[in-house]
Amino acid sequence: MEPLSWFEIITRVLLQFMPVWISLIALFTLSIVYKRRLGLYGKLFDSTIGMIGFALVMFWVFTGIFGALDMIITHDPLSQLSGMKNKLPGTPLPRPDEGQYPYYLFGGDNLARDVFSRMVKGAWIVVQIAPLATLFAFMVGITLGLPAGYYGGRLDTLLSFFANLILAFPVILLFYLLVTPEIVETGIPSYMATVLFVFPLIFVGVLLNSRYKTQPKVRTPLLFAVLGILGWLYLSLISEAGSKVSVLPGFLDLFDIPAGILVVFVSVVFVNSPTVFRIVRGLAMDIKTRDYVAAAQTRGEGPWYIMLWEILPNARGPLIVDFCLRIGYTTILLGTLGFFGLGLSPESPDWGTTINDGRRLLQIYLHPAIVPAVALLSMVLGLNLLADGLREESLRD
Amino acid sequence: MGLFILRRVGVMILTGLCLTFLVFSLTNLYPNLEKLAKTQGNFRMSDAEVTSYLERNGYLQPMIVKYGEWLGVVPSYRHENSDGTIQGRCIQPGQAPEDAPHFCGVLQGYWGFSTVFKDEVGSIIATRLGLTGKLMLWVMLLMVPSALILGVLSGMREGSKMDRTLSTISITTTATPEYVSGVILIAVFASSTVGLKWFKGTATSAMESANFENFFLPVLTISLYGMGYIARMTRASMAEVMTAQYIRTARLKGVSFGNIVVKHALRNALIAPFTVIMLQFPWLLNGVVIVETLFNYKGFGWTLVQAASNNDIELLLGVSVVSVFVVLVTQLISDIGYVYLNPRISVS
Repeated sequence: MEPLSWFEIITRVLLQFMPVWISLIALFTLSIVYKRRLGLYGKLFDSTIGMIGFALVMFWVFTGIFGALDMIITHDPLSQLSGMKNKLPGTPLPRPDEGQYPYYLFGGDNLARDVFSRMVKGAWIVVQIAPLATLFAFMVGITLGLPAGYYGGRLDTLLSFFANLILAFPVILLFYLLVTPEIVETGIPSYMATVLFVFPLIFVGVLLNSRYKTQPKVRTPLLFAVLGILGWLYLSLISEAGSKVSVLPGFLDLFDIPAGILVVFVSVVFVNSPTVFRIVRGLAMDIKTRDYVAAAQTRGEGPWYIMLWEILPNARGPLIVDFCLRIGYTTILLGTLGFFGLGLSPESPDWGTTINDGRRLLQIYLHPAIVPAVALLSMVLGLNLLADGLREESLRD
Repeated sequence: MGLFILRRVGVMILTGLCLTFLVFSLTNLYPNLEKLAKTQGNFRMSDAEVTSYLERNGYLQPMIVKYGEWLGVVPSYRHENSDGTIQGRCIQPGQAPEDAPHFCGVLQGYWGFSTVFKDEVGSIIATRLGLTGKLMLWVMLLMVPSALILGVLSGMREGSKMDRTLSTISITTTATPEYVSGVILIAVFASSTVGLKWFKGTATSAMESANFENFFLPVLTISLYGMGYIARMTRASMAEVMTAQYIRTARLKGVSFGNIVVKHALRNALIAPFTVIMLQFPWLLNGVVIVETLFNYKGFGWTLVQAASNNDIELLLGVSVVSVFVVLVTQLISDIGYVYLNPRISVS
């Protein structure tokens, strides 16, 4: 068979992404039709930049999800086909089996794996880890930043000192110190996970408690149910048979996170939370001087109620914008980890690892490195544009 | 002002001590030491041999004592071998134990010995820092002026077409981490099969003699990532200044637009970017590590990667001390500079 021309490659790639296009069109039609009823999310569709950013982000989200369901990919991202090593984009397979996709659309890498399928699978890793890690960092940052800003004083000095301590650490050095196998062996990342992942529990617990404190009949069962479920999830997340933290017997353990992923997750949360802490602290210091906070204090509301139900909702604009930016930053950090071969397994299809694999032969074969590089660029760019659009629209309020 | 600086320096020293202790304890954990013993001795050492090696070299003391020794405030450990000779950290090979100093740590200028490069850590770091300094100098020369120009141009007429275009450019550069822009730049400008072939894809030869051909790509790669961020800060602060009353007054007085921007607005608009540029140093350090690895430029960042991946404990400690020191000093300068430049902020 003849190799595909560039035009044919593009057409085939676009066709391959068909489920993504359908979902994108459906999402955009629905959102634009109902945009007046959707609050800040709907307003996003008034700004071109925001819409472009949102489209890019959702493209990768859908690609990740469908890729995880094995829909878009053309080949198994780990299987190596003989004769396809470093082949250019559009090369046909030498001996395609029945039902096998007859081409490597974006060529083969130095281990003769399909670059296109690896890119699609790599999207799933980012889509899974980056938003969740950012969310955890926000929980930690908010739970510590609100009291630091609201109370000030000694507590603030102490917490700020620790935040600055982490911020003064060069990120790559921290990664090298945390993610090497020797450190993982000592269980330090597992203990850090144990501490860091408690914060969502504290956050939700305090949130509900402060809201329903006056109605004990609602509060007590609610707290029991929510904290019970979250606690179980927490314990299954941190405990793993054979590692240092193994508190839950196997039959109760809902899911196992591969140790490498957990370490990556912990270090990303750890690096991000001090910055979130500083932002939340600054916002809290600013908002606590407002009249509605004084009104709540006069009403006799407790400090946590004021922090979580008066200050936090009013700080949501900058926080949402920062959330988008931070997902992008987390994506970059994940790529950095992959680039230095830290944490994730060497054959993992995530973009950073793939770029690192491809860069050794970059002078001769471009495609194995350039494809994931462009993918990562477009995703982070999308998040930044989305944040920009959101900022513009929330300022207009 | 003096008290303020004094207090900041105090906090800085405390932070530095905490951070170095943290790095020290992480690098001196038992699995790391065990690996060190095996790479220094042989890989088939039994557990007892490992323990005796560590015992001989004083690695089995409490962490805080070891840290004190490394810092140079605690007399260093000496071990009497079974044949009566005395060995210790401060005793150089061939030196009599009586002549050797009792304290040898960072404070005395003794940074230890690198197991990978087989050389004094102090001299390795000095050479590597020199190379990275060269890189950083050119990065600063390229990044700061272009970022400021970009920011001022887009901030002087907010919302104009030029603003939109330049803002999109700066957003794109902030969204491009060094390992992505480096790969794309190499593909476009340096690939031997396709592309323009203007520059070289490695900067190894730039260590001796840097020229435009072998040094421009790494410099550009680092600059691009930081540039967008500084440009956006400059733009925001410029746009804010341009709405100020005194700019309108100048405008109404009939001062030309160019003069308003250069003579009236610029000085006030550059306060915020100054601190941002200073605070960029930690990020630049990140970029330096990536770019030096990507372009094979054997500077400070490359040394960090080598030390960390080869478990070279003393070199890694030295590298950490230097990088933490750089970060803290730039933070201090940015704080002082901000107070100095902005009369509205008072020290007390």
